[in-house]
Amino acid sequence: MNFAATKELEAEVDELITHYPVKRAASLMVLHAIQEQFGWISQEAVQWTAKKLELQPINVFEILTFYPMLRQEPMGKYQIKVCRTLSCALGGAYELREHFCKKFGLDAHKHGAQTTPDGKFTVEFVECLASCGTAPVMMVNDDFYEGVSHAKADEIVGECQ
Amino acid sequence: MAQEYKLILKYADEPGYTPDIECYLRHGGYDVLKKALALQPRDLPDGKKLSGPEQIREDVKISGLRGRGGAGFSCGLKWSFVDRKSGKPIYLICNADESEPGTFKDRQIMYKDPHQLIEGMAISCFANDVHLAYIYIRGEMVDGAKILNRALKEARAKGFLGKNILGSGYDLEMHVHRGAGAYICGEETGLIESLEGKRPYPRIKPPYFPAVLGLWMCPTIVNNVETLCNIKHIVAMGGAEFAKLGTPNNTGTRIVSLSGHVKRPGYYEIETGKATIGELISDPKFGGGLRDGRKLKAVIPGGSSAKVFKAGEKFKLKKKDAEGKEILVETDMLDLPYDFDSLAAAGSMSGSSAIIVMDDSTDIVEALANISEFYAHESCGQCTPCREGSLWMSKTLHRLTHGEGRAQDADYLVKIADNIPGGRTICAFGEACSWPVQSFVAKFKDEFVAKGAADEARRAKEVAAPVEQQALAAAHH
Repeated sequence: MNFAATKELEAEVDELITHYPVKRAASLMVLHAIQEQFGWISQEAVQWTAKKLELQPINVFEILTFYPMLRQEPMGKYQIKVCRTLSCALGGAYELREHFCKKFGLDAHKHGAQTTPDGKFTVEFVECLASCGTAPVMMVNDDFYEGVSHAKADEIVGECQ
Repeated sequence: MAQEYKLILKYADEPGYTPDIECYLRHGGYDVLKKALALQPRDLPDGKKLSGPEQIREDVKISGLRGRGGAGFSCGLKWSFVDRKSGKPIYLICNADESEPGTFKDRQIMYKDPHQLIEGMAISCFANDVHLAYIYIRGEMVDGAKILNRALKEARAKGFLGKNILGSGYDLEMHVHRGAGAYICGEETGLIESLEGKRPYPRIKPPYFPAVLGLWMCPTIVNNVETLCNIKHIVAMGGAEFAKLGTPNNTGTRIVSLSGHVKRPGYYEIETGKATIGELISDPKFGGGLRDGRKLKAVIPGGSSAKVFKAGEKFKLKKKDAEGKEILVETDMLDLPYDFDSLAAAGSMSGSSAIIVMDDSTDIVEALANISEFYAHESCGQCTPCREGSLWMSKTLHRLTHGEGRAQDADYLVKIADNIPGGRTICAFGEACSWPVQSFVAKFKDEFVAKGAADEARRAKEVAAPVEQQALAAAHH
């Protein structure tokens, strides 16, 4: 993939850099901006970011590999992130993830993120989303959902077109 | 009777209350910032003068405010450590990386009343001669970051941020910085590394105390969202008046996040120490009790790293009798006042004030396996005891919950847990991942041993069984 930053992205990144007295500090926010536009962060995007922030590519790559939210490969169009941690587990998070896996023909016993062959849905467990009082909770891309019953889950999926 | 007491969340859940600045201004918003900026130097008996910022810092000390993020450290003391003579800029960071499992209080503030946080931060910045501040919000709170950015824009437009705020000559800029799904960024030095654009590996203390060598090696204050909101109320009512809220040494209010097996999970703001754990769980104003027909099994009182309490557990707490003599009073776990000191005296902590309730339907080994998987996932990997230990504990608990356990796994778990914390790691994550294991196994040992022993017995049978039965067992497994 050839990485080509749009004018908008370039402008956004230039603005982000002004938030910090040291350019490097902008790197996480820049990666967020790239991922928002492309859905993931390619090696070319890493190179571009490094150049922009006057860093070595490894300085950017080591952040990309550390943070769970940053993607090194394309994911499904709709990324379903089910909270796995204790309060949600007590509230049925494991059953909820299994429900999605069954629905999409994915292997519920497999660890990590899984994407349907048509690239439409990714299902994964994530750690505590900080809304333990409304368990189980989940996100679909940037949208947050709480108290997700199986019926509600089906409804949410139904809206993903 | 225990009551809710809404100080921080006074307006947040009022019908019609919106996060925009107009609504905030209608509710007296930014009046306290105006008051703070207008403070005149006060004469001291010794002829010296106390500047406005110094008066605020003094008031915060008097208020007794303790950090709401987890450690419960005195905020006034934390501020007093700031190196003000280095000649370097001083930074303030709001720790909005709310990620301790069980905790969802800062979310309420930021999503519903973002200007309260900004005002609290602006006052704190003014008090500490800070001109550039950041809100480090966890990456998953995408809407939260948008709400805060909108609020910052509004505050700038109204002159509450930027150059020469309200004609006071004081400049302050503030930005939102998003994390990306790593729990360790809630550790203040890890957060600083993350903000600098690096992996969030916590720094070793000494020498890297943020108050001296923080963000870009400059003096830095890192405070939790709720802590910073409290600053506004301390300046509004005065430190001495604030200290009357709550109980001695546990002043102000706390927003308790209540989750798990209760009828009414949610967040409840109380005067610190003025409600017991039992009241928070059972009172109809709070948790409303357990689900019908269920009995209490365990309570995690302060976020998942806090040591668990077993139902029926009793503690001897120091109290003063009628004559002021110190006596030991036997106190049931449910009768512990919800504050910093009582929970510490009972061997646990109020942490980020998150209570997770488990009833008798809970498989306690599964519960610990869940917690340990979290810590194994979130260890930053910098220190060997934590990186390896958290993973070993999680793997051991995985086998215990997947039919592969051993009777001695209980002792094995404790042995690993005992060898992680206590100065063997750079940050307190070592403690955070060990405390649940140590306390769960100590208090529910029979369940851990029974599970492992049952697995061993089943496997022994399988080995002894004819080959075709083994195949059958494997198919079922």
